[in-house]
Amino acid sequence: MINSRFFNRSELMGFIALAAVLFVILPLTLDVFRLNLVAKYLTYAFVALGLVLCWGYGGILSLGQGVFFGLGGYCMAMFLKLEASSVENTKIQSTPGIPDFMDWNQITSLPLFWQPFHSLTFTILAIILVPGVFALIIGTAMFKRRVGGTYFAIITQAVAAILTILIVGQQGYTGGINGMTDLRTLKGWDIRPDHAKVILYFVEVVLLFACIGIAQFIRLTKLGRILVAMREQEDRVRFSGYSVANFKIFAFCMAAVFAAIGGAMFALNVGFMSPSFVGIVPSIEMVIYTAVGGRMSIFGAIWGALLVNFAKTSLSESFPQLWLFGLGALFIAVVLAFPNGLSGLWADYVQPRIDRLFASRKPKRDWKDNSVADGAPAE
Amino acid sequence: MSDEPNKGLFSPLRRKLLMGMAAVPAITMLPRASFAQAPATSAVNTTGLAVTDTEVTVGILHSATGTMAISETGSIEAEKLAIEQINAMGGVLGRKIKFIQEDGASDWPTFAEKAKKLLVNDKVAAIMGCWTSASRKAVLPVMEQYNGMLYYPTFYEGLEQSKNVIYTGQEATQQILAGLNWIAKEKGAKSFFFIGSDYIWPRTSNKIARKHVENVLKGKVVGEEYYPLGNTQFNSVINKIKLTKPDVIFTDVVGGSNVAFYKQLKAAGIDLSKQALLTISVTEDEIDGIGGENIAGAYACMKYFQSLDNPNNKAFVPAFKKMWGEKTVIGDVTQAAYLGPWLWKLTVEKAGSFDVDKIAAASPGVEFKGAPEGYVRIHENHHLWSKTRVGRAKLDGQFELIYETADLVEPDPFPKGYQ
Repeated sequence: MINSRFFNRSELMGFIALAAVLFVILPLTLDVFRLNLVAKYLTYAFVALGLVLCWGYGGILSLGQGVFFGLGGYCMAMFLKLEASSVENTKIQSTPGIPDFMDWNQITSLPLFWQPFHSLTFTILAIILVPGVFALIIGTAMFKRRVGGTYFAIITQAVAAILTILIVGQQGYTGGINGMTDLRTLKGWDIRPDHAKVILYFVEVVLLFACIGIAQFIRLTKLGRILVAMREQEDRVRFSGYSVANFKIFAFCMAAVFAAIGGAMFALNVGFMSPSFVGIVPSIEMVIYTAVGGRMSIFGAIWGALLVNFAKTSLSESFPQLWLFGLGALFIAVVLAFPNGLSGLWADYVQPRIDRLFASRKPKRDWKDNSVADGAPAE
Repeated sequence: MSDEPNKGLFSPLRRKLLMGMAAVPAITMLPRASFAQAPATSAVNTTGLAVTDTEVTVGILHSATGTMAISETGSIEAEKLAIEQINAMGGVLGRKIKFIQEDGASDWPTFAEKAKKLLVNDKVAAIMGCWTSASRKAVLPVMEQYNGMLYYPTFYEGLEQSKNVIYTGQEATQQILAGLNWIAKEKGAKSFFFIGSDYIWPRTSNKIARKHVENVLKGKVVGEEYYPLGNTQFNSVINKIKLTKPDVIFTDVVGGSNVAFYKQLKAAGIDLSKQALLTISVTEDEIDGIGGENIAGAYACMKYFQSLDNPNNKAFVPAFKKMWGEKTVIGDVTQAAYLGPWLWKLTVEKAGSFDVDKIAAASPGVEFKGAPEGYVRIHENHHLWSKTRVGRAKLDGQFELIYETADLVEPDPFPKGYQ
C-alpha cells in the first residue's frame, strides 16, 4: 500500500532537520573555508544516497561507486580544464591551447574525444549519460546472467581497479596520477573565490534535495516495494512474474547517476579531479559512509557521509599521525554496536521517545507501519 | 649550523651588544641579542599572518600516513630539525618559529584541503611541504589563490615556476644532464636503456634525457619502458636489457618498485659492477629497503649524499641522528627539506618582513652557506643553484662520491631544446 503522503512524520522531521542544517545553520555559522569542506563532504552524500537505493533497498552491494563518481567528476573536470587551457593561459607550452598535461606528454593536438567537452550542454549530458550507460552495460551483463551478491561486488571492484589503471596509464589523455588540476572558471565565471564557493554550496544543496526527492519518490512507488521484496526474497519476486534483472539494473543505474552528480559537484567545489577517487579504496569508503549512517535510511546515509568526513578532517587536524587508527576504531564500534548505523540508533532509541511525546498529546495514530529504518520487507 | 649574519636586523642596540661581545662566539649569543629587539609586529607583518611579538607560525604539510609516509617522514624530520636549530639561534626576526603539522595522507585532494586550511584558518607565514609532483600540482592553485609561500623539497620534472613556491630540490636538467655527461665520458657510453615508473616525473625526465643523449651525446636510446607505480614484475624488461645490451641502464623507478627491480636484476645475473646503471630515483632512504647488497655498484645522480665530506654536513648528520635516532638515513630530499626553513628565515631577514610578496621578491639571490650540500643560492626563477653529484652505492647502503660538477648548475625549469 502506498502512503498517500510523500513523507511520514519521522521522515518529515528528518527532512526539516537536514534542510535547516544545510540551508541555514551551516552557512550562518561556518566560514567559507569550512563551508567549502562541507560542500566536499556533501558530494559523497550523493553517492551514499545512491547506495541507499541500490544496496539498502535493492540489496545490490556495489563496491565500485568510485567509478561513477570519477566518471562524473572527470566529465566536469574535462570541460573546466579545457576552459582553463585557453591559448593565452598556456603560452609557455610547446603547443598552446591544450591542457598542460597533454603538452608534457608530447601530445600536440586535442584528442578527438576531448573535442565535445568544449560545450557545457554536452558536458552536463555526459555527466549523467556516460556513467548511466556504463552502469547499464555492466548491470545488463551481470544481472541478466543472474550474477549477484558477492560476485557482483567483486566485479564492481575489478571495474574500479581497471578504470584507475586506465586513467593512470593514459596520462597524456587523462592527466595520469596527478589528475586534472588547476580548474578555474565555468563559462567565464571564476569558481575559486569565496563568493563562488558559497554559491556552489547552495547549488549543491539544492541538487542534493532534488536527488533526495527522486529517491524518496522511487521508494514510495511500487518500484521501491519491488526492490525491497527482491532484496528479501528474490525468487518469490521472480516467480510472481517480475523481471528481477531489470529492476536491479534500474537501481544500479540510478545509484551510478547520483554518484556521478556528486563527482561533478566535487570537481566544481574542490577544483580538481584525480584517480584517487576512482579506485577500490575510495569506493569502499563510500560504502562505509552509508553503513555508518544507515543503509536503510535516506537521511541517515547523508548524515553518515557528512559525519564520517567531518571526523576525518577534524581527527587528522588534531592527530596527524594517529588519526587513521581513530577513524578505524570508530567504524568498528559503530558497525558492531549499531548494525543499522546511526539511523538505526535513532529509530531504536530516540524516535520512540519523540513518538511517545506526541502520542501523549494527540489521539493515538499508528505511524509504525511505514517507519524508515526498520528494514522490514514490504508489507 | 649557520652563523650567517642577520642582515635584516641592524638596530644600533644589537650592534653595540655584538661589539661588546666580540670575543664571544656570535652563534651562542645571537638568541638573546635578537630577542631583545625584535622589530614591531605591525611593521613586519602587514597582511595578517600568524605573527605575534614572540612567535611566527609556519605549516608542515607532508604525508604522515599512507604509501608516501615512508618517503616523506625524512622531510618532516629535517624540517623540524631546522626549525629547532633556528629557534635555538633566536628564531626569525626575533620570533620563535611555531609549526602546525598537517597530514596530507598520500592523497592529493587532502593536500589541497590542508594547504588551504593552513593558509586561510591558521594564516601561516610559510608552508614547508609536499613531496610528489601530484601533491604539489594540487596545492599550487591554492598557494597562488591565497598568496602563500611553499618550500618544496623534492627533485622534480621542472616545467613549472611560481611566485609562491621556492623549489629547494633540483629540477630535471640539473639532476640529469651533468650525470649523463659524466657517464658518457667516463664509460664511453653510447647506448642507453630507460626504465621508469609511469607518471609525469619519469616521463619528463626521460624526455629530457633522450634529447640530451640523442642531440648532445650523439648516442642512442635502445629502449624506453614504463611501469605503473607499485609494479613488482620487471622480468620482461630485464630480458630486453639482456638482449639489447645497453652501455647504461638509466632508471627513474620510484618507491617500493625499486626493491623488486634491483632484486630481480641481481637474480637475472646482471652484475652492477660490470653493467653501468645510473639512477635518479634511489637515495639512501630507498637503499634502506632495497638492501645494499642488491644495488652496490650502481650510480646515482643527486645533489646530496649523506657521506659528503664537508664541515656543514659533518655537523648536520650527527644533529639529525641525535634528534631522530642513530639508525636514520638521510637522502637527497631530506637534505633539501632541511634547506626550506633556513632559506625562509634568511629571506625573511633579507626582506625585513614576513609578508609573502616581499619574501617572493627578496628570494632571488638569497644564499645559504650552511647547507649540508654546500653553498646554495636562490635563482631568479625560485629554484636553487646547486651542484650535481654522482655517487656509487656501497654495500653498507651509503654512497661514495665519485664526481661532482665544478660549479653550481643553473636551474632551468623550461629548458630550451629539451621540450
